[in-house]
Amino acid sequence: MSYIVDRRLNGKNKSMVNRQRFLRRYKQHIKEAVSDAVNRRSITDMERGEQISIPTRNTHEPMISHGQGGKQHRVFPGNKQFSSGDLLDKPQKGGGGTGSGKAGNQGGGEDDFTFFITKDEFLNYLFDDLALPNMVKKTLSQTKEFKTRRAGFVSEGTPNNLSVVRSLRNAHARRIGMGSGKRRRIRELQEELLSLQAEPVPDLLRINAIETELAELERRLKMLPFIDQIDLRYRSQVKVPTPSSKAVMFCVMDVSGSMTQDVKDLAKRFYLLLYLFLEKNYEHIELVFIRHHTSAKEVTEEEFFYSRETGGTIVSSALKLMNEIVRERYLGSEWNIYGAQASDGDNWDDDSPLCAKILGDELLPIIQHFAYIEITPHEHQALWYAYQGVAQANKSKFATAQIKGASDIYPVFRELFAKERYKEAV
Amino acid sequence: MSEEKRTDTRQYLSTDSDWTFELLETYDREIGRVAKIYGLDTYPNQIEIISAEQMMDAYSSVGMPIGYNHWSYGKQFLATQKSYQRGQMGLAYEIVINSDPCIAYLMEENTMPMQALVIAHACYGHNSFFKGNYLFQTWTDASSIIDYLLFAKNYVRKCEERYGTEEVERMLDACHALQNYGVDRYRRPRPISAAEEKLRQKEREDILQRQVNDLWRTLPTRKNETTTNRRRKFPEEPQENILYFLEKNAPLLEPWQRELVRIVRKIAQYFYPQRQTQVMNEGWATFWHYTLLNHLYDEGKLTDGFMMEILSSHTNVVFQPDYDKPYYSGINPYALGFNMFRDIKRICENPTDEDREWFPDIAGKDWLETLHFAMHNFKDESFVQQFLSPKLMRDFHLFSIYDDDEKPQYKVEAIHNDEGYRTVRSMLSRQYDLSVREPNIQIWSVDLEGDRSLTLRHTMQDGTPLSSDAYEVMKHLHFLWGFDIHLETFKDGKLVSRQSCPSVSVTE
Repeated sequence: MSYIVDRRLNGKNKSMVNRQRFLRRYKQHIKEAVSDAVNRRSITDMERGEQISIPTRNTHEPMISHGQGGKQHRVFPGNKQFSSGDLLDKPQKGGGGTGSGKAGNQGGGEDDFTFFITKDEFLNYLFDDLALPNMVKKTLSQTKEFKTRRAGFVSEGTPNNLSVVRSLRNAHARRIGMGSGKRRRIRELQEELLSLQAEPVPDLLRINAIETELAELERRLKMLPFIDQIDLRYRSQVKVPTPSSKAVMFCVMDVSGSMTQDVKDLAKRFYLLLYLFLEKNYEHIELVFIRHHTSAKEVTEEEFFYSRETGGTIVSSALKLMNEIVRERYLGSEWNIYGAQASDGDNWDDDSPLCAKILGDELLPIIQHFAYIEITPHEHQALWYAYQGVAQANKSKFATAQIKGASDIYPVFRELFAKERYKEAV
Repeated sequence: MSEEKRTDTRQYLSTDSDWTFELLETYDREIGRVAKIYGLDTYPNQIEIISAEQMMDAYSSVGMPIGYNHWSYGKQFLATQKSYQRGQMGLAYEIVINSDPCIAYLMEENTMPMQALVIAHACYGHNSFFKGNYLFQTWTDASSIIDYLLFAKNYVRKCEERYGTEEVERMLDACHALQNYGVDRYRRPRPISAAEEKLRQKEREDILQRQVNDLWRTLPTRKNETTTNRRRKFPEEPQENILYFLEKNAPLLEPWQRELVRIVRKIAQYFYPQRQTQVMNEGWATFWHYTLLNHLYDEGKLTDGFMMEILSSHTNVVFQPDYDKPYYSGINPYALGFNMFRDIKRICENPTDEDREWFPDIAGKDWLETLHFAMHNFKDESFVQQFLSPKLMRDFHLFSIYDDDEKPQYKVEAIHNDEGYRTVRSMLSRQYDLSVREPNIQIWSVDLEGDRSLTLRHTMQDGTPLSSDAYEVMKHLHFLWGFDIHLETFKDGKLVSRQSCPSVSVTE
């Protein structure tokens, strides 16, 4: 007696809990590995899993067992040349001696227990103790909005969705289909009738018979219903969730002559990290790139990072443009607006107060968060000091930081979006 | 003539390599029919079709269909997943569980011939072994294991909710380290039943705690008792079942912790027969998939191509590399077991003079009866000792090496010749003896009136020391017991070393 059961549709992730338990237990190791990977990898390459190695001694489950040594008998298969009584030299080993050789073994070739974490897990560890600043809007918009969308035609539905054209077309087709045999017969009979009538001595009996049959056929043709239940078609509508949490991220960068490619690369890393972070928290993200020297311009990503300009620097031009774009395109309450500005700190002196004013009065009230990073190994410049005032007044929304090299980015990023800041904001 | 007759009656069950549920049923019915002819007595089968991912899940829960959650299973899963995804390892074609009904997992990726092979191997081979072998009959209760595992899983989950995942994990870690010492080797365990467990749980918790409290009574005893109880040795006899001892006597464990010890112990007990019958179990199943499918082929129900695929897979399974080959990894239990059962059949049917001399009891007897007798009444150790024939030792070119750590050379002590047969055979048999494979450690004494320390005695076998893990295990033991642990190693009746946990001190 056997039963055959198809279990394939059962959950396949039965081991998921155990896997999570394992990851939790070795969280510290994994975090270190992730942290290393962030520093090692190019940031554009962030969205993939990572191989994690943990020394076996840490994951080992101890069991009581025999160690090396003592007097052992062992049986092997495949004897070719041995006879009983043969003596074989033991392979030379480092330790050599007996007894205390054990301790030496531990230091030797230690294997690692390696496994892979997925892209999502990788990012989770990366963002582990971060929380999105000022997530008020997001939490408010947790309930999903639905939009109805057409999804073809179905044979069942409510009368208000009835598609008259489709239904009638079906009815027409059905009438043609169901009547075609009868009509053919009618045609044949009529031809026969004509030929009979054309004969000199018409066979009246036959003509009579044909006419009765014709009448019968016509009657039955008429009985075909004009429209039937099976002809009815209804417009189908499905509900699709609309991404309710949308974010737009403004990348603002100085591209004047003083910004070298190295500085731009640093800035790029910062933007990418921010982008990844937002991507995890919003369903839909738009990017706007604004570059500026003395005047600002909205550009493509490629242009943003790789074209060179020369000339002076007026930062306010970029902020003005950002303000315009926000008010033009992203003013709805469904948008979460983030700004990230990177600069080497240079600005035309008289412009800095204006920047602070635009940012403080116009932009900050309507956006979620603005981050300013100054990439320079030198002293702070005028813009930094101008921004400090704004930052004081808008602690939860505005963060400033100085970055000197690539290794600074991640810590600074974490600092900008650290949980504490989020708590303050709430 | 017979060839002609066969061609006439030839009616293939299928000609395609794809399987369908209808075909699975057909093959299962046919294989079941043939199995009856050979007298295979089985539990009902529950054949479950699963995907590769699910197979990995099943793998990492060490063959338990339902397991409590623990990080070590996650580790197992990650390791399996990695080697599978890198193609270092194929997955097993099947996993079979000693339960009633007998659950067998078949992978959906298998072809029809492979499914048939697996059905014959697992659902009739292993299944009849589980039902017939005396160890399984004595130590496991197939009808209640699934219920018990479910009970265990739920109990562990409840403990996690009440006492925290970390606490429970710590307990389980400690118990797992000792799980090979959670088995009664000589006493038949009471069959486990989930319903009973639940019912008696509360009752048991109370009684247990009372017993323990009694043992650790701190109130001054009355005068007349003092004299009789003074210097009483506890435990009176050395205890080999360490987990059982802890469950009953550890002074500081909470009732739920005792229950966890019990769960690990019970599950270890369930797997105990499997660890002792690997060669027999695999050999038996392999022998029967080979025999049953050949029988069907002879009836003209399988196509040549079908049989070729089965034989090719079968040949891989029973391949035994020589000791000096790079892919040698010990004696292949499938190869040894399969060939031994075949050899028994040969001895019964066509005994040589040598066989008559070595196996007077079975030479010329009914092979089927003899085979069933062997399956019912032996474990690996005794099976090898009883049935390994000189012919098979010659076929395998077996030889035995003596390795004395005080000598610079290995000695070939016996090979496959007249003088060597008996030595080779008993050495191989020893290799399968669990009591030789695992260090002999027993609970020796508890210092009841002093510092409550627990002393274990390790009796060295052939001068083999313990591996360095032992101290780690002592730490776990210390956690469970709550007071100092001493481990004394005796060699030829003399104390040679003494380790203590938490503090380490080695004497002599």
